[in-house]
Amino acid sequence: MTTATLQAEPQPVARVARTYLNERTTIASWLLTTDHKRIALLYMVSITLFFLIGGAAATLMRLELLTPQGDLVASDTYNKLFTIHGVVMVWFFLIPSIPTVLGNFLLPMMIGARDVAFPKINLASWYLFMGGGAFAVFSILSGGVDTGWTFYTPYSSTYANGHVIAMATGIFIAGFGSIATGLNFIVTTHKMRAPGMTWMKLPLFVWSLYTTSIILVLATPVLAITLALMALERAFGVGIFNPSLGGDPLLFQHLFWFYSHPAVYIMILPGMGVVSELITCFARKKIFGYQFVAAASVAIAVLGFLVWGHHMFVSSQSIYAGMIFSVLSFMVAIPSAIKVFNWTATLYKGSISFHTPMLYALGFIGLFTIGGLTGLFLASLAVDVHVHDTYFVIAHFHYIMVGGMVMAYLGALHFWWPKITGRMYPEWLAKLAALSIFAGFNLTFFPQFILGYLGMPRRYHVYAPEFQVLNVLSTAGASILALGYFLPLGYLLWSWKYGKIAGPNPWRATGLEWTTPSPPPKDNFDTTPIVTEGPYEYDPRATEAELRAAHA
Amino acid sequence: MRTFFNSLFPPQASNLAPKVDAIYFALLGLCGFVALLVCLAILFFCVRYRRGSGADRTPPKWRQRPFELAWTITPFFIFLGLFFWAAEVFFGMSRPPRNATEIYIVGKQWMWKIQHPDGRREINELHIPIGQPVKLIMTSEDVIHDFFIPGFRNKQDVVPGRYTTEWFTPTKAGSYHLFCAQYCGTNHSRMVGNIYVMEPAEHAKWLAGQPAPDSLIAAGERAFRNRGCSGCHAPNAAIRAPLLDGIYGKQVPLSDSSLVTADDQYLRNSILLPNKQIAAGYEPIMPTFQGQIDEQELNAIIAYLKSLWEGDVR
Amino acid sequence: MPEIALAPVEHQFENAEQQREAATMGMWVFLATEALFFGGMFLGYTAYRTYYPEAFAEASRHTLVAFGSINTAVLLISSTVMAFAVRAARMNRRGLLSILLLVTASLGTAFLVIKGFEYAREISEGLLPGPKFHIETSDPVHAEMFFYLYWLMTGVHALHVTIGVALIGFFALRAWLFDAFRDHDTPIDLLGLYWHFVDVVWVFLFPLIYLAGRHS
Repeated sequence: MTTATLQAEPQPVARVARTYLNERTTIASWLLTTDHKRIALLYMVSITLFFLIGGAAATLMRLELLTPQGDLVASDTYNKLFTIHGVVMVWFFLIPSIPTVLGNFLLPMMIGARDVAFPKINLASWYLFMGGGAFAVFSILSGGVDTGWTFYTPYSSTYANGHVIAMATGIFIAGFGSIATGLNFIVTTHKMRAPGMTWMKLPLFVWSLYTTSIILVLATPVLAITLALMALERAFGVGIFNPSLGGDPLLFQHLFWFYSHPAVYIMILPGMGVVSELITCFARKKIFGYQFVAAASVAIAVLGFLVWGHHMFVSSQSIYAGMIFSVLSFMVAIPSAIKVFNWTATLYKGSISFHTPMLYALGFIGLFTIGGLTGLFLASLAVDVHVHDTYFVIAHFHYIMVGGMVMAYLGALHFWWPKITGRMYPEWLAKLAALSIFAGFNLTFFPQFILGYLGMPRRYHVYAPEFQVLNVLSTAGASILALGYFLPLGYLLWSWKYGKIAGPNPWRATGLEWTTPSPPPKDNFDTTPIVTEGPYEYDPRATEAELRAAHA
Repeated sequence: MRTFFNSLFPPQASNLAPKVDAIYFALLGLCGFVALLVCLAILFFCVRYRRGSGADRTPPKWRQRPFELAWTITPFFIFLGLFFWAAEVFFGMSRPPRNATEIYIVGKQWMWKIQHPDGRREINELHIPIGQPVKLIMTSEDVIHDFFIPGFRNKQDVVPGRYTTEWFTPTKAGSYHLFCAQYCGTNHSRMVGNIYVMEPAEHAKWLAGQPAPDSLIAAGERAFRNRGCSGCHAPNAAIRAPLLDGIYGKQVPLSDSSLVTADDQYLRNSILLPNKQIAAGYEPIMPTFQGQIDEQELNAIIAYLKSLWEGDVR
Repeated sequence: MPEIALAPVEHQFENAEQQREAATMGMWVFLATEALFFGGMFLGYTAYRTYYPEAFAEASRHTLVAFGSINTAVLLISSTVMAFAVRAARMNRRGLLSILLLVTASLGTAFLVIKGFEYAREISEGLLPGPKFHIETSDPVHAEMFFYLYWLMTGVHALHVTIGVALIGFFALRAWLFDAFRDHDTPIDLLGLYWHFVDVVWVFLFPLIYLAGRHS
């Protein structure tokens, strides 16, 4: 008899239960909270607002690109739009998304702790993030910046229009928020695990957060100093990157990508962790090759630091450097491939159900596979020469960032929504949203691969007329995608109040976070749990037997 | 059908294009195959092992390790193969043949200024004959640009303060897009132009229709005199400075006892930053010309210095 | 036998031991971040010194090595005193602890004062990059770059020293007034780590800045 997955009847949560939500309700109790769960919600609200800003910029860009002649907005405005889109989406949505919302909420619970190691630093990280956000918003409201999110010198330091320094300051400050989060997660994972929670029993989501945090801590300071040098050059005209002042523009690119390539893995590793949780739960299977999936996260984090030069194959760096970076870029694809194969193998002989989180997880695997494989085109030197800085690159990284990370974020949000709020989201509406996001996404970005190989460069406000058909397709897809994003915004808010009561473990998932009530009490656990089992003790045969018994 | 294909695929108009496209299609085949395999496997498992399907779910007997090793090692070797292939083509892309025509390109916000070796200048347009290799020697007056010709499958950043090169042999007559691919400011998307590849006869006819210009070398020689370079770098000069006849391509000993090859970049640096690398045996007395000499004049002087080379003058 | 006042354990920790380990590890991770932060500047410095060795050597000869050397000594001594302070905290010698911390903080302040005089001299000699920058070398453009990096790196370092002095002073006062560290010496330990790190950064900065052009 396998009782591991059999669970007592979901008990209706008593109205009077003390949860982290209703313990105190003043505004000050939220703004001064050190509870990791409340901080997660603060982050959730903030990054949603930033997502709307970044999304609005993207909407205007896509509308503009409906016609080749650039008649909706002026060139300068268009350049500011894609800069806003890039900066806001990268630093104020994608990088914080899963780590600060779901990571903050779940990491302590998943390892059986009452909170992160440094709750005050955790709160400080949110204020740093918001402080940085305030600078960024100020920079946008007072006219924007037209450097592109990459801030290439000498353009950014000498020629660019707008409040470049304010924008850089915003990113600089928000960066320290990221560092604080990373530091907290590393120490929490090392020192706060419940008795019996060995490294090899950690949920894969924790592994992915841990590796992400290492990147955050080691890469972000380099970005901070790079942007500071750029801003100082702009402010005081002292040469460091500008060749007419004796500087070297390539040094900026090296420093920038030393951060920004690992940052790509900051943006995808947490998503991979989420998918490992979702696939196992909805296939009722132990993950295939736990150690390999965990080790792949570490390998990605390490190799991710060694491939920055693949952004610079045509920048005039030495061709031999290019070759080394190329071969390492191929190597970093291997751990990603390992993950995809292991997820697929996990489905084998599972008992698969298709709730919304699972749809997002399956969508993630498909889109991430395409995004990852097109990365091989970019790692191949000769091909990259042609597609570098074209829409091929745009399509590639949107498949990773949006098709990967945003899908994973939404999947995670649906999966843990009952834990966060104690309520279920409306399933059919959620499925509709998931499907329209998947369809809209592909229609938006697949044509851009073709556009890129045809040679349409990125950051083009006006473009050659023969590119119009594919651009129209892309904009059409974007409108479906936008609708898909608004649906969850509506029904999740609705369900917070009116959703069905979820009970502590609606998915019958393993994992310590499901052993506490939903929403959890302030200290997560009444008594510190003692861990004796691995993270994914699912049994598909038991699920099937149960199902048959229910129908008999 | 053909036009449909043309709307999805750029023209193949240089010697590099077929090589790059070959890798592209190989990757497309390989990646398409893998993506299809993963998607089909997922679909198959999702249907067969959907909850309540009644399929057999006895845990399999085989071990996991061989699978893991297989899908770690197989990609490793495939990737290594792809790397060598693409790197080999890339290596060829960065090694121009010796008989290539050298054309100087100067990028500035937001136009391309082009200087042919015979002194003709063009803006945002480049007329070249079919079958003749072309080497572009490029620099920028302000920010980083990028000289991108999709039909030729070639691009290269154009960086201020240094020379970068790019080469190709056009193989098909026609007009091809020239794009600036590195974001360079407000009118980045208007920093575009056309490359006209012509049959040699057509090209000759076009040339004949152009006013005969002063050759780049002659312009360089004039600049060399007017700027006072010849006052020191001459056999009978009062001030001791190295003679520049035949300097191009030579190994020059420096004061810190290292050797440097006198290429375009070295000549450029010697004019703009004379104190960076000092030729052994000479005082560092040369004044800098940074900020006094524009890129096009600099190109002319370098073309002139190269013409003093005893080897085959390119 | 003095009474044992147990360190307060925050609610997220099981016991004082866990709290201590977490705090120590947190400080090490923070220092790793800091190392990378300075690392970016060191990398920039190294790249340009490789490009323009002559200019950097010449510019380096214009730095005020006497000030730099005295400051190196001051910081090294302060680090030593800090090490004794950590020891005093461990032995619960409250009075000794506050005195040693005060000495450390004073040495840190002395460093800043000396640095201030050095900066003032350099400004008067025209070595502050900007429109008034003036230097007699063969390659003033890259000499200015050297001084730009010099001001940036020493400035950021001085900021770290200032933060360190403030924290050490605060803890010296706390030890003197409240006796808060009996059996709870972790903060002093971590303060020591931080202070040694600031010291080590200077140990790297000193030869890079002052000695680059003086070996011949």
